[in-house]
Amino acid sequence: MSSVSTDELYPIAVLIDELKHDDVSLRIAAIERLSTIALALGPDRTRSELIPFLEESLDDEDEVLTVLAEQLGNFVPYIGGSQYANVLLPPLESFAGVEEPLVRDKAVESLNKIVNEMSSNQVEEYLLPLVKNLTTADWFTSKVSATGLYAAVYQKVTSQSKGGLRQLFGQLVYDDAPMVRRAAATHLTGLIPYIDAETVVADIVPFFLYLAQDDQDSVRLLTIDVLIAVSRLLGPEVVREHLLEQLKKLFADKSWRVRYMVADRFEQLALAVAAGDEMVLKTHFVPAMVRMLKDSEAEVRTVIAKQIPGFCQLVGRESVLEDILPCIEDLVNDPSQHVRAALATKISGLAPILGKDLTIKYLLPMFLQMLKDEFPEVRLNIICKLELVNNVIGIDLLSQSLLPAITQLAQDKQWRVRLAIIEYIPLLASQLGMEFFDTQLRDLCIAWLHDNVYSIRDAATENLKNLTKVFGVAWAKATIIPKVIEAGSNPNYLYRMTSCVAATTLAPVVTIDVIRDDLLPFLNNLAVDPIPNIRFSVARSYETLQRLLLEKAAEPELDSDAMVEATTPAPDEDARAREVRVADVNEIIRDIIVPNLEKLKEDEDVDVRFFANKSLQAIG
Amino acid sequence: MKGFKQRVLSRSRSAHDQSPPAGSSGSSATSVQSSQSGQSGKSTNAPTGNSGSTSRSSRKDSSAKEQSSRTNSDSSRGSSGQSKPGPSAPSIVIGTPPPATTTSSVQPLQPSPTSPATYQGSPGSASPQTTVGNAVNGLSAVMHVPPPGATETMPGDLTAPRHGQRSPTFDRLKTGIPDEIGSPTRRHHSSRFEVSAKRELEKLPGFHEVPATNRQDLFFKKIEQCNVIFDFGDPSSDMKSKEIKRVALHELLDFVSTTRFTYTEQMYASVVDMFARNLFRPIPPPVNPVGDIYDPDEDEPVLEIAWPHMQVVYEFFLKFVESPDFQHSVAKAYIDHHFVQQLLELFDTEDPRERDYLKTTLHRIYGKFLNLRSFIRRCINNVFFQFIYETGRFNGVAELLEILGSIINGFALPLKDEHKIFLTRVLIPLHKAKSLSLYHPQLAYCIVQFIEKDPSLTEEVVLGLLHYWPKVNSPKEVMFLNEIEDIFEILESPEFLKIQVPLFQQLAKCVSSQHFQVAERALYLWNNEYFVALMSENVETILPIMFSALYRNARGHWNRTIHTMVCNAVKMFMELNPTLFEECAALYRETEEHADSKEEHRQLLWKQVEESAKRNATDTMVQ
Repeated sequence: MSSVSTDELYPIAVLIDELKHDDVSLRIAAIERLSTIALALGPDRTRSELIPFLEESLDDEDEVLTVLAEQLGNFVPYIGGSQYANVLLPPLESFAGVEEPLVRDKAVESLNKIVNEMSSNQVEEYLLPLVKNLTTADWFTSKVSATGLYAAVYQKVTSQSKGGLRQLFGQLVYDDAPMVRRAAATHLTGLIPYIDAETVVADIVPFFLYLAQDDQDSVRLLTIDVLIAVSRLLGPEVVREHLLEQLKKLFADKSWRVRYMVADRFEQLALAVAAGDEMVLKTHFVPAMVRMLKDSEAEVRTVIAKQIPGFCQLVGRESVLEDILPCIEDLVNDPSQHVRAALATKISGLAPILGKDLTIKYLLPMFLQMLKDEFPEVRLNIICKLELVNNVIGIDLLSQSLLPAITQLAQDKQWRVRLAIIEYIPLLASQLGMEFFDTQLRDLCIAWLHDNVYSIRDAATENLKNLTKVFGVAWAKATIIPKVIEAGSNPNYLYRMTSCVAATTLAPVVTIDVIRDDLLPFLNNLAVDPIPNIRFSVARSYETLQRLLLEKAAEPELDSDAMVEATTPAPDEDARAREVRVADVNEIIRDIIVPNLEKLKEDEDVDVRFFANKSLQAIG
Repeated sequence: MKGFKQRVLSRSRSAHDQSPPAGSSGSSATSVQSSQSGQSGKSTNAPTGNSGSTSRSSRKDSSAKEQSSRTNSDSSRGSSGQSKPGPSAPSIVIGTPPPATTTSSVQPLQPSPTSPATYQGSPGSASPQTTVGNAVNGLSAVMHVPPPGATETMPGDLTAPRHGQRSPTFDRLKTGIPDEIGSPTRRHHSSRFEVSAKRELEKLPGFHEVPATNRQDLFFKKIEQCNVIFDFGDPSSDMKSKEIKRVALHELLDFVSTTRFTYTEQMYASVVDMFARNLFRPIPPPVNPVGDIYDPDEDEPVLEIAWPHMQVVYEFFLKFVESPDFQHSVAKAYIDHHFVQQLLELFDTEDPRERDYLKTTLHRIYGKFLNLRSFIRRCINNVFFQFIYETGRFNGVAELLEILGSIINGFALPLKDEHKIFLTRVLIPLHKAKSLSLYHPQLAYCIVQFIEKDPSLTEEVVLGLLHYWPKVNSPKEVMFLNEIEDIFEILESPEFLKIQVPLFQQLAKCVSSQHFQVAERALYLWNNEYFVALMSENVETILPIMFSALYRNARGHWNRTIHTMVCNAVKMFMELNPTLFEECAALYRETEEHADSKEEHRQLLWKQVEESAKRNATDTMVQ
């Protein structure tokens, strides 16, 4: 300790030293510990020494500045509370003007944090000049940063200053540089909620109109959100009076990027502008929807397809049938697979809107066609959302078409597609019923245990467990478990391994009897497998089974037992039955599991011995 | 390695050349260029994973050859006797208002795929063009002197480097379009035009078939025909009318390039309007992967299916603007800010052929319309800012930089502040983008141009490069090192003194890089005589910086080549100043020994700071 002189102990000296390092990560680490240094200095010296030092001497790499800009946002407690918050502003102001967007964004974020902690007077005194400086700066970076500050500052100043701020913001809206206009359009959305309706009409609507007619599509597309924000504030009627014409222009914009944005926000737009007005919806929005469903760019059709159910809920069933449904029929055959996939995720949402008869008449043929689509994602998306349709018309009408679709997806070349369909099998099973499942899908589920991809085999075991939950233990004992055990004698050790895992995965959902009579003997066979990986898997499985057996014995009733009538005991016999069960279980553990583990403990393979020991310890 | 050799080779070749490209910039432009052609040659030899690659790669081979031969200068292209079957992009001519002398040299039209033999000019007729090229080069050399009062000139030639990796693709296109376009598996994502409602056209007489007094009228009628937009997505539709429009376009092109005519204001209006109707359109969503994942050799470029018409419209417009009868004072009412803005937006097109024409068109407009120059520069800057800071994607960066390379070449001295700001706030940040590889040669050319104009900018440039030095992207790091060497070519000794410390700190890191290509590229600098000369003059400063990096790697590097190169570099330093070397070695050993205790001391300091921080924190709590 004595080697450290008092001079070196001066915390800023430590910081200076650290910031000299060649390695950027060390400099970043030092900045991340800035609060420690500030605490060591105390608030007074932090204000008078540390902050000026940071302001003057920092010309470091952007990565370091980003961290520093972030740190300063949380610095108010270290400088003696919010009454001194203004000392933090100058460094952040200069960070707000640098080239690197990450630094700028962090600086703006931190400035906003500080503004929220300041009093109104402080904001008037310190933030207004800062915002003005940034807004009137020469270079666009400062102006871009400025746009992000208005919303927070605006809330805290007097109404007189508010007028000034709006005027300043206007300068940004009318700026020459498209970068600034884009930033202004983006942040206008956040500012609008803090302005009263009258002022919005007078001051903000002209901003919107100017930006919405910008030469650059990258500016125009940002005005959609502004329009939604304005509409939420003013209510649909005022908006229709002032902005409907402009909106119509945006609907038919030349640039696909703008149309994409409109399509993406279509439901919100309809709600904000035309809520409750059948006429406007019918005369403007429905035709716009129809045009976009037929748009020349697949990107636009993809996003508008996702808006179909939401929008259709707003308009009457009549215009859905008349205008929109014919376009959807075209989309089913769209040349772009992405459009069809997007449609497949959303089309089911129409079923509740249309009701049973119309769904059968119009939607069912589309479902059937999309189930045959050449692109797997389309089929998958239809199957995923089947529940909605099922609730309306029942699954019977679809079951015949479903089967080939499922079988195909189950054999798809892409393992992710196979994985996705496996995850839906339990849901489908519950809807299709045991009989249908047994005849059509059961073999598929077993086949997955032999898939080439591990993730599929893994998912397949989980699937068997979930199916057992649906159909009950008796079903599992009769159909699945023999198959699993059969797979345990496969010459390929990976499949035997899968069987071992499957047996363990199934254990939680079956009864003690099944474990004792089927699973344990099966594992005992595998315990002498020539492959050590299987032997140690068995060793680990024993532990799991032992734990499960004890749990099952202690539980009064198993859910899955309910499915099996014969084992339902009467309530008064409960306690006695439990005692019997616990005794049984202990016997199984003592006579079967422990001796087998003891054998594995003497195994020639070190890993097997390790896991056997571990399991034995756990059993105790 | 190959690129390097070829580069030296081609430089000596260009020295022997009879007519080197105009201006002092010629040699450096050539060197940049030929280094790329070396690269592209290398990539050609690599096996391509494509099926049927034999025919494709042989095609590429020839195109690469063609490319390298073209780098020397226009004249060698003619004499080497390589006939180019496809149309080449219009040769780039002078941007300043043409003096009367150009009228004598009427440029032959390049044959296009749409007009095979019927149209004038046979495929092998490259020789007349050569003479034009030479004349142009000679002229531009004269005109390099700025006219009185001008703040900048336009140099004669857009000799800025072509993009090495893209050019072969481009050449491949020229020969390969017809069969590729028909294949059904291609993802067509061409622009969508608003097809005209009335598309029936009737054949009009040719210009030579009517009396001179009726020609203006016929001109308007033909322009009117060209305003009709067809649907090329359906090849069988309106075949007859499409052909009529094509012929009309060619006749117009022929008319403006061969006939002297006093154009009326109305004619300017109709020409610009026709250009706008045919070409200004929203650029469709991108098809190919964006940025550096885009592989010009693997990814099929997206082609405009309406190109047969679009190309002739571009050619016609260019010839119109280049025509000696073209008066920019009349045209400026129509070629305005809005026009330029829309033209710039087209640079995002994915069709490399179109970008090439756009480049020439905008360059020509920049040359002719002095009143638009600063606006054009500003708009290009805005495109770059959006590219750098917002989207990270724009297809035409390389082409715009080529134009700028030519513009910078023409800047008058001393450089205006505006141009210096352009260097530091636009060009240098362009190094940041991920897809740098797609436009780096052009960018490096611009940077070198600036330093050549004003050597005092060297410090700012090099510090800027160091600021944006890639941290994890090794291929990009190699590009930066290339650029550093380019800068060394023109580096002046006093400027070197200003940058040597930070530069060699970075070079030390590069030499120690685990990526052998980075280390190799850095160590290549030791083969550069001028570099070594500057280094030996300042060895007292440099060796202490480089020592630990060299010493550590001399003891062992996983790559044997690097190991040898490092050993050579160490040997060189040892011979340069043996006493200094010994001192550095001693110092190095000492720091190595004390490294642990220093680290301990550092931890100790932090601990103390933390303790006093804790104390203070509880104090404040008590209060």
